Amino acid sequence: MNTAVTDRSQSASPARGSDSRRLTERIFRIRESGIVAVLIVFVAVTTVVQHRFLSTTNITFVLTNTTVFALLALGETMVVISRNVDLSIGSVLGLSAYVSANLFGKVHGIPIAAVFAVGIGIGLACGLANGLMVSLGRVPSLVVTLATLYIVRGIDILIVGGNEVIASTLPPGFIQIARANVVGVPYLAIVIAACVGIGAYYLRSYRSGRELYAIGSSPEAARLAGIPVARRVCTAFAISGVIAGIAGVIWAAEYQTVDSTAGTGYELSVIAAVVVGGVAIFGGSGSVVGAAIGALLLGTINSALYVLGISPFWDQAIAGFLLLLAITLDRAIAVRLLAALRVRSSRAR
Amino acid sequence: MARRDEAAVLSLRHAAKSFGAVHAVTDGSVDLYGGEAHALLGENGAGKSTVVKMLAGVHQLDHGQLLIDDQPVTLHGPAAAQAAGIAVIYQEPTLFPDLSVAENIFMGRQPLRSGRRIDRKQLHDQSAALFDRLGVRLDPDRICRGLSIADQQLVEIAKALSLDARVIVMDEPTAALSAAEVARLFDVVRTLCAANAAVLFITHRLEEVFEICQRATVMRDGARVLTTDVSEVNADDLVRAMVGRQMSVRASTERGDAGAAELQVRRLTREGVFIDVSFEVRAGEIVALAGLVGSGRSEVARAIFGIDKYDAGGVLVGGLPLRKASPAAAMAAGIGYVPEDRRQQGLVMEMSVQQNVGLASLRGLQRRGLISSAAERSFATDWAQRLNLKYGKLTDPVSSLSGGNQQKVVLAKWLGRQPKILIVDEPTRGIDIATKAEVHRLLVQLARTGVAVLMISSELPEVLAIGDRILVMREGRLTAEFGHAEATEEVIMTAATSQLEARAR
Repeated sequence: MNTAVTDRSQSASPARGSDSRRLTERIFRIRESGIVAVLIVFVAVTTVVQHRFLSTTNITFVLTNTTVFALLALGETMVVISRNVDLSIGSVLGLSAYVSANLFGKVHGIPIAAVFAVGIGIGLACGLANGLMVSLGRVPSLVVTLATLYIVRGIDILIVGGNEVIASTLPPGFIQIARANVVGVPYLAIVIAACVGIGAYYLRSYRSGRELYAIGSSPEAARLAGIPVARRVCTAFAISGVIAGIAGVIWAAEYQTVDSTAGTGYELSVIAAVVVGGVAIFGGSGSVVGAAIGALLLGTINSALYVLGISPFWDQAIAGFLLLLAITLDRAIAVRLLAALRVRSSRAR
Repeated sequence: MARRDEAAVLSLRHAAKSFGAVHAVTDGSVDLYGGEAHALLGENGAGKSTVVKMLAGVHQLDHGQLLIDDQPVTLHGPAAAQAAGIAVIYQEPTLFPDLSVAENIFMGRQPLRSGRRIDRKQLHDQSAALFDRLGVRLDPDRICRGLSIADQQLVEIAKALSLDARVIVMDEPTAALSAAEVARLFDVVRTLCAANAAVLFITHRLEEVFEICQRATVMRDGARVLTTDVSEVNADDLVRAMVGRQMSVRASTERGDAGAAELQVRRLTREGVFIDVSFEVRAGEIVALAGLVGSGRSEVARAIFGIDKYDAGGVLVGGLPLRKASPAAAMAAGIGYVPEDRRQQGLVMEMSVQQNVGLASLRGLQRRGLISSAAERSFATDWAQRLNLKYGKLTDPVSSLSGGNQQKVVLAKWLGRQPKILIVDEPTRGIDIATKAEVHRLLVQLARTGVAVLMISSELPEVLAIGDRILVMREGRLTAEFGHAEATEEVIMTAATSQLEARAR
């Protein structure tokens, strides 16, 4: 009796181990490769129909348009991985964009770095407020950040009133931030790609990064494992806020005209990008690289419709469709994976 | 024992913990010495798990003291307990399903390389080394989702080993393990003891106590009743201390006449959960489904009631096939289901007593398309009287009732539909002895009126007291069937735990 059982764990299990590893590896690869495939197909089809889609001008245009979203997706992903959500980023971006860009007109010759510092400060304050309320106040993040979405936008409108920042007050060096490029690739896109790379590396290779996944995967188990859940969640919100603050300054450099509506509705586009990019909306899995590619995909679709001469009204419908597709796929994979693992472990027994 | 002269590594003195009106532990005391495995015994609800959570830093003591190396300490959280050298293996595995096995073991303590980065190779190798030590082959790189309960338990054990803790608390670690895995676990426990660690071992299997523990503490109703050297007692002494009374006698000795087969389960299989389960429940009889936690009993019940899908086999009610995966169809066919977790699955805690009672019978309480609260009240009053429910007002939230009375509300909810088949999962878990007896009487009465009752229970006295027939499951299979007369605790436990191949039919 004992020998039979011993046999199973010594002969059957190695096969079980490598099989399931191959399986999980495949699933993890699918998570990002799926969306890359969709992106390639989309680009290919559009290019066949309209050759100038792959022109340098258009590539520059798409990348410039995507940068802010990709950057916001980086912060949002960290929050979503921990089984939370940050709805306030659009409002934070708007407030930061106006306050920081307005400084150029108010304080003559202010260094660009100082303007960024102000944007970061605004973002940090908002992010910390969100984080503290969620982690210490134990209020669901959906509610907290919905409230700060309105509050921050309200503050923005109070400060801005009917004013707006106009391009002529901005120094040329500032505007160049969004425009400078090397062979058509904006420097900004390269910098943000690097940031995403750093973010991905951090989440993969540092304890605190892995702990965000752990919290999202099972908050109760995270608590029992002695993970400082409140501090980690608070940090994730702070980072998301800081990123929204930086994104606000970049937004101002890109559009140059800032009124009180800047960034309205961005939170939903960013969450869409994050989910399309394969980040599980209930936390625990996904990557910032996927989220950034998700943002790129949505930006590409937007541009493709324009190039193909299809009404931009389709844009939102397609984004919605992709979202459903991503969630369906995610669910289907999860169910399949679970069933496969279940059957495998029962066979091994 | 000589060790008694040394200072205890850890000692819990007169600890008390209450949750609202429920006194989970009133006098929890235990002394753990290095190099010793100490058994903590008691019936379900005796307060063992609460003691575990005190040591784990999850619950803080209301009264009493926790001493480590003779120094009073307060564990403010799980991290503090870990830092104090206490590792806990919980009864319910607490894993991160999305993360790899290796990450689960080392979460928060991953091996690092330069720049405080996680050393993935070390992470893998150290996990593999732990599994080697345990003598099992688990792939450290696979994700935990989909692991069997036994494998999850092994991950938990590896986690505790990796902590190099001085005190290791194991809350029923063997419940889901096979005999060979248990043997390896015991080797590990002996190794730990040889390395002068203190082990607190919680189990329901007394033979395990005699096999690896040197001392034992018995708890009953939240207080310590006995601490003894294992060599000085036998199993009967321990059982007597746990139960504190003579074994309960059958609530009703008269045997009912079982009628036609009301519920027939035919070769039901859900891959990886239960395999080839066939049995029937006749009108007027109580069939008890016994077995260890994780043996697949509740899952069979969930599949019958249509909560989970099954992969093969079928269910017949009154001879007619029942549509699978549809609780609505199961209800329409006359099945009632009282789930194991009444707070999460049996009741809507925020709703009132009367709303909960009426919940499964809303159609009958409608007046012109709207739910009549007068009809609901009279319906609930009627059932409250029949079940001898103790409550303040029917409009109070059901969460204000005691556990036993909450369970009566769940029962009333289903009895109100006059079911032909009633499935009850752990009907008396965590409720006091008097109410327990009432619930037993109620189930027997129901059966006598012709209802087919399927009762899942981990409490053997309960199984023996009211089961007309007793089925036993182990690792997803039905392993034995006993008539009321031939069943004893020993034969049931044997069928539930060992690799006994003799199926009784």
